[in-house]
Amino acid sequence: MRRAPWIPICIISTMIVMAVFAPLLAPWSPIDQTLPDKLLPPFWLDGGSTKYLLGTDAFGRDILSRLIYGARVSLIVAVLALTAGGGAGLVIGIVAGYLGGAVDNLLMRLVDAAFTFPAILFALLLAVTMGQGLSTLIIAISLLLWASFARVIRGEVLALKQRDFVALAQVRGCSSPRIMLTHILPNVLNTFMVLVTLNIGVVVIAEASLSFLGAGIPPPTPTWGLMISEGRGRIADAWWVSIIPGIAITLLVLSVNLFGDWLRDRMDPRLRQL
Amino acid sequence: MTRYIVHRLLQGVVLLCMVAMIVFFLGRLTGNPVDLMLPEDATAEDRVAMIKALGLDGPLYQQFFIFVGKALHGDLGDSIRMREPAVDAFFSRLPNTLALIPWAILLAMGVGIPLGVLASLNRGNMIDRIAGIFAVLGIAIPGFFLGILLIFVFSVQLGWLPSGRMGGPEHYVLPVITLGAFLIAGFMRLVRSSMLEVMDSEYVKLARIKGLSEFVVIWKHCLRNALIPVLTLWGVFVGNLITGAIITETVFAWPGIGRLTYEAVIYRDFPLLQAVIILKSMLILSINLAVDILYAYVDPRIRLA
Repeated sequence: MRRAPWIPICIISTMIVMAVFAPLLAPWSPIDQTLPDKLLPPFWLDGGSTKYLLGTDAFGRDILSRLIYGARVSLIVAVLALTAGGGAGLVIGIVAGYLGGAVDNLLMRLVDAAFTFPAILFALLLAVTMGQGLSTLIIAISLLLWASFARVIRGEVLALKQRDFVALAQVRGCSSPRIMLTHILPNVLNTFMVLVTLNIGVVVIAEASLSFLGAGIPPPTPTWGLMISEGRGRIADAWWVSIIPGIAITLLVLSVNLFGDWLRDRMDPRLRQL
Repeated sequence: MTRYIVHRLLQGVVLLCMVAMIVFFLGRLTGNPVDLMLPEDATAEDRVAMIKALGLDGPLYQQFFIFVGKALHGDLGDSIRMREPAVDAFFSRLPNTLALIPWAILLAMGVGIPLGVLASLNRGNMIDRIAGIFAVLGIAIPGFFLGILLIFVFSVQLGWLPSGRMGGPEHYVLPVITLGAFLIAGFMRLVRSSMLEVMDSEYVKLARIKGLSEFVVIWKHCLRNALIPVLTLWGVFVGNLITGAIITETVFAWPGIGRLTYEAVIYRDFPLLQAVIILKSMLILSINLAVDILYAYVDPRIRLA
């Protein structure tokens, strides 16, 4: 058995604590501007001070505080998008796999179509037509997720369908919805949890990329993607404004992926090829 | 064979209609699409003229037919910001993106495939580990952050390469690496796992029994077959490239269709965005269709299935 990935678990826990207790932990407001203090470097560089540990951005906002609040946005988006997109994929996968036939055919065609078209195009379209905001972002990221969930869950359901306990339930006269809910669903929850973990990184990157492209949560709400994007033009004289949140994203995604790999091997080694 | 092509072609048309419908209805979701399509300084007469031209005083299905009819004639509306047909804007930018893509694919294959083979040959030891870390990192770093990081290191700190815009060969290096990175990790993982599978097969054992050199066995017998699953995921890679191009071109101010998409979003240029999405969908579908037909031609099992 592989050792538990303790470093990633520590990093993930730190980020969750940051997100949950953001108002208590952040030394400054993440939004209020202090223009005289703009573009101060982190404390270990010349000109930096312990007043702003990680420096400030072009509006004199504390990078550390924005980073802490940004974790909150990432966490909220991840939870909501994985619930919505993953949940939709779960339901569609179970229905398609269990019912089979024409329903399965139609739903799987839709899944194929979703794989063909980059979800980012629809996400951008949504941002322009519906306006930027949390709900638009959640819908957009859900569109990115559902198909891969549906495909894997369906595969699991196809195997489960052949098992004796399902046949028994059918013989006993259980209705299809009942079998799906009480016999199939509990048996795919493990796989679902593994998928959720493996997709946290996808959501975090998608959120950051959409923010970067001007289609995420609108400013001044601090999100990591937006922070990177805002510091982009100042990379020559104030690298910390975009590099620090970039490192935060990379660390988080790396950690959840390593954790997800471990979880998958523990719970369900058959998912190896994911 | 003809039946297969016709079947796939019809599927493509259906998908394209779906995309057109989604774009059409999303544009009308938020009230009057005229507000999305006219510049802010438009007069009341402009409004009335556009409502007439798009048939917006008629029922929805009628509007949709007008939209499709115009689209079939190559008219997807005018860009608000550039005041030129959106289709023209797209095709004038397309060559710049196409100039980037072959190099990115070449780079991704040149790095991803050998790394995947090396990892599979050294399963479980140090090289495999390092390649694994490389792949995991490649997935964890967001593409746009990689681009910014490259600019920071190679343009700002070292001053070796330009940080953006089109130009001589040196302008291609950083964008190609950034765009290629969207594929490398995926290539590597796939090649590794499918190599491991192939190396277990009977014909590879036979090749070994025949006394062929290890080099021939690995690079000719194994790799050739291991690449088949990589090729079947072509569609996914095309999607990755389209997404990657939007981000890469935005970071490097590269005047291609990816950057055009970004501009359509930040300037809220709805007609341009709708045209870009429909044209990109057509592009994706044609590439997928071409690849599928090529497959069916090469491998009879596919067209009979």
